[in-house]
Parts: sequence; C-alpha cells; structure tokens
Amino acid sequence: MLTYTLQRFGLALITIWAISVISFVIIQLPPGDFVDAYIASLSASGSMVRQEEAQALRQLYGLDQPIWVQYWKWASRVAQGDFGTSMEWGRPVTEVLGDRLWLTVAVSLAAIFLTWGIALPIGIYSAVRQYSMADYAFTLIGFVGLAVPNFLLALIIMYFGFVLFDLNVGGLFSAEYQLAPWSWGKAKDLMAHLPLPALILALAGTAQLIRIMRANLLDELRRPYVATARARGLAEWRVIVKYPVRAALNPFASTIGYLLPFVVSGSIVVSLVLSLPTVGPLLLRALVAQDMFLAGTIVLLLGVLTVIGTFISDLILMWIDPRIRAGIHG
Amino acid sequence: MAEPILSVRNLQTYFRPDEGIVRAVDGASFDLYPGRTLGIVGESGCGKSVTARSILRIVDRPGKVEGGEIVLRRHDGRLVDIVGLDESGAEMRDIRGGEIGYVFQEPMSSLSAFYTIGNQVMEAIHLHKRVTEKEARDRAIELLHLVGIPRPEQRVDSYSFELSGGLRQRVMIALALAAEPRILIADEPTTALDVTTQAQILELIRKIQEERKLAVVLITHDMGVIAEMADAVSVMYLGKIVESGPVDEIFHAPKHPYTQALLRSIPSVLAEPRSRLATISGSIPHPYARPPGCTFNPRCGNFMPGKCDQAPPPATTLSADHEVRCFLYGEGVAT
Ligand SMILES: Nc1ncnc2c1ncn2[C@@H]1O[C@H](COP(=O)(O)OP(=O)(O)O)[C@@H](O)[C@H]1O
Ligand SMILES: [Mg+2]
Repeated sequence: MLTYTLQRFGLALITIWAISVISFVIIQLPPGDFVDAYIASLSASGSMVRQEEAQALRQLYGLDQPIWVQYWKWASRVAQGDFGTSMEWGRPVTEVLGDRLWLTVAVSLAAIFLTWGIALPIGIYSAVRQYSMADYAFTLIGFVGLAVPNFLLALIIMYFGFVLFDLNVGGLFSAEYQLAPWSWGKAKDLMAHLPLPALILALAGTAQLIRIMRANLLDELRRPYVATARARGLAEWRVIVKYPVRAALNPFASTIGYLLPFVVSGSIVVSLVLSLPTVGPLLLRALVAQDMFLAGTIVLLLGVLTVIGTFISDLILMWIDPRIRAGIHG
Repeated sequence: MAEPILSVRNLQTYFRPDEGIVRAVDGASFDLYPGRTLGIVGESGCGKSVTARSILRIVDRPGKVEGGEIVLRRHDGRLVDIVGLDESGAEMRDIRGGEIGYVFQEPMSSLSAFYTIGNQVMEAIHLHKRVTEKEARDRAIELLHLVGIPRPEQRVDSYSFELSGGLRQRVMIALALAAEPRILIADEPTTALDVTTQAQILELIRKIQEERKLAVVLITHDMGVIAEMADAVSVMYLGKIVESGPVDEIFHAPKHPYTQALLRSIPSVLAEPRSRLATISGSIPHPYARPPGCTFNPRCGNFMPGKCDQAPPPATTLSADHEVRCFLYGEGVAT
C-alpha cells in the first residue's frame, strides 16, 4: 500500500519534470531569444530598450549560458512563482492569468461532476433495462447530443435564455462583480452562473460516458457474484446497486485527473461563445500571438494540475478498491 | 419414505434468444427428501445448472421457467409452487437463502471483491434473521469455523481474493448455510478444485448434511462423486431426466445407454492398467438442433431406426423408484 503510494508519487514527480521540460521548450520555440522578442514588441509599441538594459535581461535569464543552465534558472524562478512576463500584455504572467486558472478548474470540475450525475444513472438504467424502449431512446438522444457541436448548443441555449427568460447567460459573473475582489457575494454570484456553462460542457461527454457505463455494467451483471447475491435473497435493486454498479463505477475514480485537460481543450470554443474567463481562450490567443511565456505557463500549470488530479484519483482508487490496497494490481 | 421436501414435476425452462429457442430444461421431474442427497449427473451443457437456478428462479435472461411445478414444503408445512411465485416477490426472496442455500460452480468469481467475506455472509444472515450487527458477526465467525476455515475471527475481515480456491468454496458453503436453509443445492462444488481439496469439500458437505439433516441436491458430471455422496441419482441428458433411481441400482444395473456410457467413463481401479478411459462417442448436439425422437439417438449404440428417431420415449417404471426413458424397456419388452 505504501509502496503503491510512493510509486505513484514518484511517477507524478517525473511527469511534472517532463511537463516542465516541454513548457520550457515551448517558451524557447520562436526564433531568437525572448529578449529579442521583448525588444521587438516594445519597439513596436514605440518605446526603446537601451543596450545595457537588454544585456542585464539576458544575464538575468542566463541567455548567454548553456541551455540546461537556462532551464535550471527558469525552473528555479518558476518554483518561486515567477513565470516571466507576458509579451502581449506587457505584464507578469501571473497577473494576466489572475483567477482564470481557478475558475477553469471550477468550471471543469463542475462539468465533470454534472457529466457523471447525468450519465451514470442513465447508463445504469440502460444496462439494467437493456433493449427496453428507454434504453433505445437514451441511445438515440445520446447520438444526437454527440453530433451537435457544443458551441452550437451554447448559442441555442443563450438565445432561448435571452428571448424566453431575459437571461444574460454569458460569463461567470454579473457585471458588478466582474472586477470586484473576492467576497461572499462574488462567490455566490459565481455559484449562480456556474451551472449553465457547466451543463453545456457536461453534455459533450455525456453520451460517451453513458455508453461506457452501460457496457461496464452489462459486463458486471453477467458475473457469478451477481447470481450469488440474488441466491441469498437480496432484493433485485439492492443486488444491482451494491455489487455490479459498485464494480462498474470503480474505473471512473481513476479518470478524474486526466479529464481536466480534455475539458479545458474541448471548452475553448464554448468558452469564447459564452465569454467565460477561463484559460482556454487565453491559451488560444497566446499561441496565436506567440506570447510564449504565457502559453508555456498555461501548459505547465494545466499539466501540473492534471498530474496532481491523477495522483489524487490514484489515492481515491486505492481507498475504494480493496484489491489495490492489498497490492494486487489490475 | 417420508414426504418429499421438494418435488419437481415436468419442469420446462426455455431460453428464447432472437435466434431461436433453447429447451435447456425440457420436462425434468425429481423428488428431494430431508436428510438425503439427490445427485444430478450429466455432461456439461445438459441443463443441470439451469434446473438448479430454476428452483431459485434466478435463471438469466432470456431464460424463463415456462412450465411445470416446483412444489416446496415450507418450514411451516405449507406447500408452495415456486413456479407460480413472483420472481422478485417477498416470498421468493424469503425462500432464496432462507429455505434453499445454493453453492455455485465458480468459487473464484462468486464472491464480490469489493466487500469482505464477513460483509457478504452477514448480509445473508441479516436478510433472514432478526439479529444485531454483533450477533450477525459472531454467527458469521461461527459459520466460517463450521466450514473449516482456520482463524475465522481474522478471516471474516479478509477479501475473497486473499483466499485459496478451496477456502473460497468453503466460504461459499458458509454463505449458503448462513440463514439455516433446509435444502442445499451444490452445483459442481468441486469442479474447479484440485483432487485433495475436492475430497475435503465433499466430506464437509456430507458432515454438515448429517448435522443439519439437510436435503442436498448435488450436481456433477462425475459419476465417481455420485457414488461417494448420493442416495439417489437422476441422469440428465439435454434437459430431460433419462434415468433415475437409487444409487445402488443405477450403478449395478444401469439401464439407459447414456447412463451405461457415463459409468464406463469413470476411472476404475479394476480397469486394465494403461487402458484408455472410455468416452461417450459423439458430442452434444447444438442446442438449436436437437435430434427428433429420443435426443440421445445419434450417439446411442442401441439405436433402432424407425423407433428412436420418431417420438420421445415415455418413462418406464422398472422398480419402486427406478425409472428410465428408453425404447429398449417398457411396452412388454423384456429387460
Ligand atoms: N444465458 C443463457 N442464454 C442462452 N442459453 C443458455 C444460457 N444459459 C444456459 N443456456 C443453455 O442451456 C443449456 C444448459 O446449460 P447448463 O444448465 O448451464 O448446463 P450444465 O448441465 O453444464 O450446467 C445449454 O445448452 C445452454 O445452451
Ligand atoms: Mg453447470
């Protein structure tokens, strides 16, 4: 059990290191070093950089030294929370990101839990009542949902929200809280705004998850332990909920972590349509503008969050699966 | 003899998948008496498990008990036809585990890996007895002790995957006995186990049967197991009981060619050393393509054209409880 935890932890550290290397490479990608780019962007906006100043910057970032020294210097600064300056915005990356990272996590988690909340019960029902009318109906709705692009769904919901209920469904905050510092009111405002975008994002994964849950459960329902539970006189729904559903749910605990990047990359267009202050649109813009410190940082932070999420789901899996606790894998 | 505790008459359990119809059990009849063991024997695929599951009404979809009677004499003396009960109703659930315990074929996968064995045994106790958590746990430990599991106070908290196959099958027996049923159905309880463990498990079943005066249905494909354990035998072929009778009679004077073939296939100490074990010629026909007439006719050494392939043979009574379904006997044919 301890070995398993340590093993997972070690794996997480290695993965974080690999992600940091990739982020560093992304930052190094544009031709010339970044001070050149910095000078160029400043002169484009009319101000000049003196020669000594450029030299000082080069020294600060160790640009005259071998690449691994540069990586080391960059990594040490990142470890202290200094992610460099955004070229496009002319401000520190941390400032540009602001709350966006946490809002992204909040929206994504809400979407993931909503997906589960919708898909798992439907998947269970479809498996238990395989080939029933409802099973066919859910399958049909699921495929329609799969075929309609999310942003279209977002637009339709926004339109009807606006026309029918006079709702302004964009964004995650009301106008008065947009720039306000965090307070109870702002948190409540966020909670009120969160469900709709979360729902729209959730619908993307729902159809697929229904299929997975249905298939998992159909597999489990055929296993002998189900008949054993019936044979001792347990009521049918208790048989299903306690044994096969429990077994079919198990794999989902391990997916919490790596759902995050899927939701973030899948949500860029929806986030643009709904003007959500998440990192998705920011990443897109940073890549278009070759704002490499910003792009590299977003990739780095998302990667690290994913690794942490995966590590947490491994711990959850260990907590809920006796076989893993006992050191039997698979 | 005493009144039967369970009486199965003309049981018909069919599977109706889209492709056709499988008559898994097609008119089986037998009686079960308290304190006695009925062996049901036949090759794999003959419908033994489906018969057993029909008694508990836990046949997998698309299977369904479509006809016949399964009359159970309940502990209060009432006669209940299980075929007429609601499959998921309270009385049926009361009978499952409460009156009839079931030991399954696959000890490896018949326990859930997500709960301790104690949890599953205690669940069975709680379903049929009004006891506190503590009492249920004590009973579970007692049961594990009864079935010969060492250190039951600790094993009660272990998971099935931490136990060997033999121990798991013992747990399955404890589970089947948890609510003190009067009937135990053991469906090939030793097939998945090694020879030494097989003998131990059979010994355990016999011991418990004597202590509790259980009526046991022992399902197997092994005539050797029948010889060792059963009082009466029903030989099953393609959903029908082709011969039934007391063990001695069946072993000393088997009538049906299928029974004779099954007996020839037991390894015997008297057999010539290194002689090949007899096997039954041919194989079980495809479930959708049952031969007309006597379903054993394509594999039978005594096949009579124009007779065996026309209509199914009726049952012929040879002595008090010895019955056979074969055209070689009955209708005045000398035996
Ligand atoms: N779930 C099922 N679906 C369709 N047919 C089945 C199913 N279970 C059993 N059968 C059929 O019932 C027949 C008897 O099976 P079974 O009772 O398991 O045999 P055995 O004597 O080996 O226990 C088999 O021929 C099989 O084709
Ligand atoms: Mg079987």
